Amino acid sequence: MKEEFRSWIMGESDPMEELLDFSQENDLNREERRKLTVEKLRVLQEDPDEQQKVARVRGRFTRFYYLVAVLSCVFLSCVLLFSISMLPQYGEENPRTTEVKDRYIEKGVEETGAVNVVSGMILDYRAFDTLGESHVLFTALICVMILLRIDRKNQRTGYEDYYTIRSDVYYDLSKDSILCTMSRVLLPAIVLYGIYILLNGQNSPGGGFSAGAVLGAGMILFSAAFGMQTADRFFTMKACKVTIFVSLAFYSFAKGYVFFMGANGFENHIPKGTPGAILSGGMILPLDIAVGCVVSVTMFGFYSLFRRGSIGMDVDYAHYSSKPGKAKGGRQV
Amino acid sequence: MMPSEILTVILLVLLIVCAVAVNVVRDLLQSVIIFMAYSSIMAVIWILMESPDLGITEAAVGAGVSGILFLMTLKKIGHGDAGDLTDAAEEDPGTVRKEASGTIQEKEKR
Repeated sequence: MKEEFRSWIMGESDPMEELLDFSQENDLNREERRKLTVEKLRVLQEDPDEQQKVARVRGRFTRFYYLVAVLSCVFLSCVLLFSISMLPQYGEENPRTTEVKDRYIEKGVEETGAVNVVSGMILDYRAFDTLGESHVLFTALICVMILLRIDRKNQRTGYEDYYTIRSDVYYDLSKDSILCTMSRVLLPAIVLYGIYILLNGQNSPGGGFSAGAVLGAGMILFSAAFGMQTADRFFTMKACKVTIFVSLAFYSFAKGYVFFMGANGFENHIPKGTPGAILSGGMILPLDIAVGCVVSVTMFGFYSLFRRGSIGMDVDYAHYSSKPGKAKGGRQV
Repeated sequence: MMPSEILTVILLVLLIVCAVAVNVVRDLLQSVIIFMAYSSIMAVIWILMESPDLGITEAAVGAGVSGILFLMTLKKIGHGDAGDLTDAAEEDPGTVRKEASGTIQEKEKR
């Protein structure tokens, strides 16, 4: 047992090997592995002692795996429950946080000009947080693009891309009458609601992130119901790049300006407006719009990249009309 | 108990049921749908806890966009129809290729 455990730790052998799924290996390895497994099984069938030994070892390792899995789950649950027990009770006055909270509630409207204190907090007091969050979304979009994008430079002739694009064309839902009719009814409401909570973020619950998510979901519904080609008319790669760049640059410069002025003791001369009006809250409304643009473009970009590997009409569909396997300028896989 | 408290308790129980069911259910598609239901319940709970902006975001992101992304991933890794297509291609590449190119060309013409 000790010897087997040592060899398992060192990575020399795995007693559970036959139970694992190797269907992801490429053909050659799969064939070799199959031969190897067949050979092993033949030896096993002829030798009862070996059979018993393998069964014993496998049983032990199965129990070991179960034990480790259960122990790690219990440990994790204990850590989480312990940290929950340190949280204050729901709705309880907690001395450690009341100082900031009282300040926000008492002076928030006066200092930020926004009736919705949450908006005032995330886009004025803690605007730097929101800037970081927008950049995290942007980075996530770039990562998905690196992993999933198929464009003219790297489009391939292999089965994988072929079936991605083929199934996108084949499973186009734009002929589905239920989806189309319901979208015609629902889409105006969804988009209008998104724009409302985007523009009214400083007065009512909502703001950049919620509105961006709603608008992004609306765009996803639009492209699912009326076809990706329809969405391509207004949402291209260039539009995506320009929107995200302009929004993030505007946010950075506007907030950088305010921070610079504040840190150097200049008076903040951006008008705050009447609390409760649409044009109130100083910089909150433009910043809300910038964040909303970034979030909605990111949501739709995720969907587009997941669905067909490109944002906008990047892919040369004619390239995929010939049968796969024949190189036609693209990289052979 | 107030009616809203009873509703909260019912929703929390449903939340736990959903959270367990996501792990227990074998089929990945069902698992994704239960996860979207979990997010919808969570959105209602956020509203009961008086943070409607979180509720809006949870409903749009959790129940909408992330569920759709999971479904697209399932399609990519070959759960359901796409997988059947790939299997058919392995068995008899000729017909499927012909069929596939025909569909794409028809789409091109329009």
